Amino acid sequence: MKPANSVLLLTTLTGFGYGLLAWLGIFAALGVLPHRAWLVPVGIAVSLGLASAGLIASTLHLGRPERAWRAFSQWRSSWLSREGVAAMLTYLPALAFAALWWGVGPNAASTRLMGLLAALAGLGTVYCTAMIYASLKPIRQWHNQHTAPDYMIFALFSGGLLFAAALAWTGAALSLAVSLALVITIIAAFAKNAYWRFIDQQTPLTTLASATGLAAFGPVTTLDQPHFTENYILREMGYQIARKHAAKLRRLVLLIGFAAPALLLLLALAGFAPGFATILAVILAAMGLFAERWLFFAEATHVAAMYYGRPG
Amino acid sequence: MPEDSIHYDKPIGDQVAYTTCYMCACRCGIKVHLNDGKLRYIEGNRDHPINRGVLCAKGSAGIMTALSPARLRKPLKRVGPRGAGEFVEIEWDEAMAIATARLAHIRATDPNKLALFTGRDQSQSLTGYFAQMFGTMNFAAHGGFCSVNMAAAGLYSMGGAFWEFGEPDWDHAKLFLLFGVAEDHDSNPMKLGLAKLKERGAKIITINPVRTGYSAIADEFVGITPGTDGLFVLSLIYCLLQSGKIDTEFLVRYTNAHHLVIDAPGMADHGLIARNDNGVPLAYDRTGNHLAPATSIAIDPALLGRFSLPDGRMAQPAFALLAARYTDDAYAPERVAERCGIDAATIRRIAAEIAEIAFNQAISINQPWTDSAGRRHATMTGRPVAMHAMRGISAHSNGFHTCRAIHVLQMLLGAVDTPGSWRYKSPYPKPIPAGPPPGGAKRHENGSLTTAPLGFPTGPDDLLVDDHGEALRLDRAFSWDAPLGIHGLMHMAIAEAHAAGPEKIDTLFLFMANMAWNSAMNPGETTRMLADCDETGQYRIPFVIYADAFFSETVPYADLVLPDTTYLERHDCISLLDRPIGSAHGPADAIRTPVLVPDRDVRPFQDVLIDLAGRLGLPNFVDENGNKLYASYADYMVRHQRKPGLGPLAGFRGDAGDAPGRGAPNPEQINRYIENRGFWQHHLPAEQLYYKHHNQAYLQGAKAMGFIESDAPITLNLYCEILQKFRLAGENHGTRVPPARLRASIVRFMDPLPIWYPPVEEALSDPQQFPLHAITQRPMAMYHSWGSQNAWLRQILSENRLYLHRSLAAKHQLVDEDWVQVTSRNGTLKCQVRLMDGLNPNTVWTWNAIGKRAGAWALVKDAPEAKRGFLLNHLISEYLPASEAGHRASNSDPVTGQAAWFDLTVRLEKCAADTDAVTEPSMPDLSAPFALNHPIILRHGAPEHAA
Amino acid sequence: MTSLPQPLPGATKLGLVIDLDTCVGCHACAVNCKEWNTGGHHAPLPDHQPYGAEPDGVWFNRIHSYEAQAPGCGGRTVNFPRSCLHCEQPQCVTVCPTGASYKRAEDGIVLINTDICIGCKLCSWACPYGAREFDEDAGVMKKCTLCIDRIYNTSLPEAEREPACVATCPSRARHFGDLGDPDSAVSKLVAARGGVALMPELGYQPTNRYLPPRKAQIALPPAEAPTQAGTGVGAALLSLLDRVLSR
Ligand SMILES: Nc1nc2c(c(=O)[nH]1)N[C@H]1C(S)=C(S)[C@@H](COP(=O)(O)OP(=O)(O)OC[C@H]3O[C@@H](n4cnc5c(=O)[nH]c(N)nc54)[C@H](O)[C@@H]3O)O[C@H]1N2
Ligand SMILES: Nc1nc2c(c(=O)[nH]1)N[C@H]1C(S)=C(S)[C@@H](COP(=O)(O)OP(=O)(O)OC[C@H]3O[C@@H](n4cnc5c(=O)[nH]c(N)nc54)[C@H](O)[C@@H]3O)O[C@H]1N2
Ligand code: SF4
Ligand code: SF4
Ligand code: SF4
Ligand code: SF4
Ligand code: SF4
Ligand SMILES: [Mo]
Repeated sequence: MKPANSVLLLTTLTGFGYGLLAWLGIFAALGVLPHRAWLVPVGIAVSLGLASAGLIASTLHLGRPERAWRAFSQWRSSWLSREGVAAMLTYLPALAFAALWWGVGPNAASTRLMGLLAALAGLGTVYCTAMIYASLKPIRQWHNQHTAPDYMIFALFSGGLLFAAALAWTGAALSLAVSLALVITIIAAFAKNAYWRFIDQQTPLTTLASATGLAAFGPVTTLDQPHFTENYILREMGYQIARKHAAKLRRLVLLIGFAAPALLLLLALAGFAPGFATILAVILAAMGLFAERWLFFAEATHVAAMYYGRPG
Repeated sequence: MPEDSIHYDKPIGDQVAYTTCYMCACRCGIKVHLNDGKLRYIEGNRDHPINRGVLCAKGSAGIMTALSPARLRKPLKRVGPRGAGEFVEIEWDEAMAIATARLAHIRATDPNKLALFTGRDQSQSLTGYFAQMFGTMNFAAHGGFCSVNMAAAGLYSMGGAFWEFGEPDWDHAKLFLLFGVAEDHDSNPMKLGLAKLKERGAKIITINPVRTGYSAIADEFVGITPGTDGLFVLSLIYCLLQSGKIDTEFLVRYTNAHHLVIDAPGMADHGLIARNDNGVPLAYDRTGNHLAPATSIAIDPALLGRFSLPDGRMAQPAFALLAARYTDDAYAPERVAERCGIDAATIRRIAAEIAEIAFNQAISINQPWTDSAGRRHATMTGRPVAMHAMRGISAHSNGFHTCRAIHVLQMLLGAVDTPGSWRYKSPYPKPIPAGPPPGGAKRHENGSLTTAPLGFPTGPDDLLVDDHGEALRLDRAFSWDAPLGIHGLMHMAIAEAHAAGPEKIDTLFLFMANMAWNSAMNPGETTRMLADCDETGQYRIPFVIYADAFFSETVPYADLVLPDTTYLERHDCISLLDRPIGSAHGPADAIRTPVLVPDRDVRPFQDVLIDLAGRLGLPNFVDENGNKLYASYADYMVRHQRKPGLGPLAGFRGDAGDAPGRGAPNPEQINRYIENRGFWQHHLPAEQLYYKHHNQAYLQGAKAMGFIESDAPITLNLYCEILQKFRLAGENHGTRVPPARLRASIVRFMDPLPIWYPPVEEALSDPQQFPLHAITQRPMAMYHSWGSQNAWLRQILSENRLYLHRSLAAKHQLVDEDWVQVTSRNGTLKCQVRLMDGLNPNTVWTWNAIGKRAGAWALVKDAPEAKRGFLLNHLISEYLPASEAGHRASNSDPVTGQAAWFDLTVRLEKCAADTDAVTEPSMPDLSAPFALNHPIILRHGAPEHAA
Repeated sequence: MTSLPQPLPGATKLGLVIDLDTCVGCHACAVNCKEWNTGGHHAPLPDHQPYGAEPDGVWFNRIHSYEAQAPGCGGRTVNFPRSCLHCEQPQCVTVCPTGASYKRAEDGIVLINTDICIGCKLCSWACPYGAREFDEDAGVMKKCTLCIDRIYNTSLPEAEREPACVATCPSRARHFGDLGDPDSAVSKLVAARGGVALMPELGYQPTNRYLPPRKAQIALPPAEAPTQAGTGVGAALLSLLDRVLSR
């Protein structure tokens, strides 16, 4: 599948945003969030800002962005529609959470409940995003049990780093947040590795023989294509990445996206320039995740490409 | 949510017109829908006998040809050097004045110095007539480079031919053998027919090196080695003779199998048919034990044996000669298998299948009929084995004989115009020979030739040769180089005009043939010759006039360009005098009528030619006072009479418009065609549908309609005596003998029975050096060079590849899309490969005419057609290697002069990995003689408000 | 509405049956489809760089060719037209966030309302058959409409109310009809010829069916006298020619 920048931005930025929202909300709900009046409002602003930026970026990918509003209508069947609705709905608990935190105070039951709701809404949105991909049957690298949990894990991972950085800069006690971030970083790295192992071992969904209805006639090879020049299907679904190139990128993702942030978190945990270390971790993770998301597309194959003799 | 607004009652357009497609030469009927005067939709005319409503890819893309940016806009006069493409636009008056002055001078001095060569047109009855009235013998149409082998072999064997003159009996055939056809002229009827065969579960066998297109859907694919079909067919004949599976009754009734052939080696009439004093062929009656007229129905004719003639010489039935030849073990399947690339067992099985269907599954139609001897038959019996063949046979230098071999096979099976077999399309059959000999030797007082330049020689006396036996015609047709060159040798015109210089030809007048590119056997050489000058700086071909509708590769080589209309902008006539739309069910013809008004300063070529004929005062184009007889082609179509009552259009003749075939001109004729949706068709009564060569009612009807002069039966030539007459001359008999250099070849090739020999060029080249056969195929969605200007069609095939068998690719370590260098004795080209299984392992092939010269057809200069497309023609040559005496014979069939495109042999080399990704050779870019303004995006059909 | 209509037993299911046994790969259906539809319901079907270096347009029907290595029959070249299959469980519809993609309850045709499509392309990702074509120019998705504006078009004579590709196919390899009705001509054809659905394992339940290639054979009687080389004019021929012939 062709990696489209707008979609890569959407999924990484919303991951950071809703991940941060989740950490804020859950910590607040558990009562372990430092009591600083501006912490939640600013945190929510950052989280909603990132998510909104992602959502806006995603409309750039539309052929008719001016009609984007229509995308909310089909929440009964469409995960894309649900994502939109969920994203919109998330603003309510998130803003209410910020307002309550500021107005009613961190310990108020309503604040904590709203924090929990905001976290759930944010994660729910991430889940909807994930399900857009996970539900697409023709793309085996997406349509599997890894995709939805992975999206959630990566949101919590990226949001966790951001959360740790935020706490570091407030000067609050870090160890719980950073330790949890470290744990989720390791989980994320393992999850990604497991995913890659999974897709490498996956058997193709079908064969050209089945795609052409010629299964009874033995193996089928391509002879001529309908057209010589590339078309929409080939540009979109026929995108191919060389194995060697992919392997290199995977190593890069592991290094920059997971290993480096993990090391930086350890430094922060050890009290070594935590503000700076966590920010650097966020930046590296962002780069790593962008590459990870790029690979998520580039390594995905679509059965329709098989008709053109490309892997499906 | 807004409702999806679907219109369930919107008419397609506001105007409908019926005309005839000309995206190719198949002549399908079309129904054109216009909206606001703009083309909206073209569909097949469901009433039309050719296509019955279907339309091919090209036909469906007509809109884009009508909008092509490559359309010429105004007459052009060359100002720069030839080939540079520097032109000024001129007015029609000036263009006509230039042409008239030039041609008037030629006509007044030596009319043969005008060479008129016309290509893929459908107006040869007009262009040929123009040449005849002008008085030049140097006229040819595209058949010479196309399929004259098929036409000549058929016409000289059966009075009809595969090539547009016949069709399989799609409704009854149970076994169909298709030799060397990728698409053919009859492209839609062929597909409709194959569908019928499939529906009935008939078996289709294709004999073809390549398994694509029709071969893809065949039940059996026989991947023959190119050029060996003759051997394969003669081996089938061997098997059938061995097993006695032949239709002897058909042979003695309808062919000359029992005619006695004089057996007097060395004598002047050796090999000719013995005749009585009245000129009637003789046979030997076994019952009466005596010689008898072969035409008598009271005899029991011998097919074997040797008999003495009244003068004491011996004679043998033609069949005996045939049997002696083809029962020779040289034709045993085991002996030909390797050469043909087909297992002996397969050959034997196919022969057995043919015999099974022909003799055990014969069909009989309950339809009484009367044969030409007056006998009434209760039924029509048929051998439901049908055959068809085209350029895979004809484009080899042994194609004439191979095609004859197929016809002989058909005759032996009794499968000529019987139910289930191959059938004549009206107005065929014609007598053998099918018409008068070629014109050129004599002129009337008014300067016109006594007969049309293209005709049918019956022996050496009809040749157009000088006292040394050398050709009179520019292209050497009807000379000892190509005695039966009945369509001319268009592929030799430029080379021979260049070689002969201004002494022979002053003006080369070309129409609708891309002679500087895909119909050049070698485009590099041809363009060099077109632009070549002699020592004095004069062009060796002094003047070139070209009529094209589009900016083709040939336009830059003309001195005067006459821009034609497109097929939707003019009248045309698909005439019985030429190649009509008749079928086995009856004669039919059609017209084209203008649907669009040209938006450019262009004129229909036929109008221009008639205007030119008027300005030149040619006989039958002007009246006794010298006034033009015809205002336009439409006028000519209605009022011209070739013979009393016979004109270009056969339908709706006579004052009342109800005379079919023959009748007085009807001023309302064109309107009647329009009312009838563009065509006229006459349904033959059921009793005339088969056995047309000996069907009394048919022959009488055909004579009445003017298709044939006499209703005498047409005896099929199993044995072709006319060929023997040429051969005798080669043995030095008679007054006209071939020049010494050609004697041996005349004796060898003018054999009255089919022979097989390896293709001439192949035989002259070293198989070690050039081990592979290289051929082309027609792509179904493209017509020669002219599809590439079409915005839709070019998306389907904007490039071409060289296809190789996987085993060959493995030998050269090639994978899909690798670049290779292909070398023949004539040159080298570079292209990309594609691998396949369904291919003769010693053959490579590509699509014909996809490669384009950069800049031609108003495409951008880096168009894929120019950068990754290629033309196999760069490896071919119109000449064979020079003989020791320095003579260069043409690369053609020695009997008919048919261009031997498919004799090519080559070798392959893999290119280095860093080779430029561009095909070679690449000739210098062309620039259109008008400003280009290509749309970046085409939104044809967009609703006005959304634009 | 992107939720799928309740499938009712016996409901009309209009679709195409494509005969791979007779398709010669001529592209006629593809071009006629283009020609009809560029002025039809989804007008236009734009072409980018029509005379340029990378021509690329919107087509609803594209013709591939393949080689199948059938055991025992030496392989076969198969031409393969590909267009929307009007699936019964079309994920292209359910993923659509706007309701632009829909499946009609009355005849099962899957359509796009290009007036509300936002061009998110998700439906094209959801189609395993590569049948959806994005019109970059208009920014909306398009695809085979089963010639909705022909098959019901009251301005056309009854006989012409069939899809453009079906009407034009010179090999008569395309058939149109109600695959929901077991007695329809197309259903009978599918039954008789063992028509198959493409990629049934993905569960889209395409309506269109493809008829597999066949191979006609001629049964030969047991070989008569073994035909051996080397006998000159054979005995069989001699005895044949012995018979009295009447002209
Ligand atoms: N390698 C190889 N070469 C071949 C063949 C092959 O099989 N292999 N086949 C050969 C055969 S059989 C043939 S017939 C030739 C065909 O070769 P050509 O006769 O050269 O065929 P086209 O390329 O169709 O060129 C016809 C010309 O007519 C012009 N034209 C089209 N429509 C009109 C019109 O309405 N009016 C006018 N005035 N002009 C028009 C086109 O622009 C084009 O320039 O090619 C031969 N060349
Ligand atoms: N779409 C389309 N239709 C056309 C044309 C076109 O350009 N495009 N051109 C028209 C013209 S001018 C003509 S002449 C006709 C020609 O129509 P076809 O006769 O179909 O001509 P080709 O495509 O040249 O096909 C020749 C076939 O013969 C095979 N072949 C080559 N050598 C041999 C051999 O030695 N033995 C056997 N058995 N087969 C062999 C090739 O593989 C190929 O399949 O088509 C006409 N129709
Ligand atoms: S075969 Fe195609 S291009 Fe040729 S006349 Fe028929 S519809 Fe037109
Ligand atoms: S028109 Fe018919 S034969 Fe031609 S490609 Fe389409 S389905 Fe096949
Ligand atoms: S073929 Fe593709 S576009 Fe058509 S209905 Fe099925 S899934 Fe949807
Ligand atoms: S591209 Fe249009 S039709 Fe397709 S899913 Fe998006 S909105 Fe629906
Ligand atoms: S049904 Fe209509 S839209 Fe669909 S492929 Fe056929 S012609 Fe095209
Ligand atoms: Mo031709």
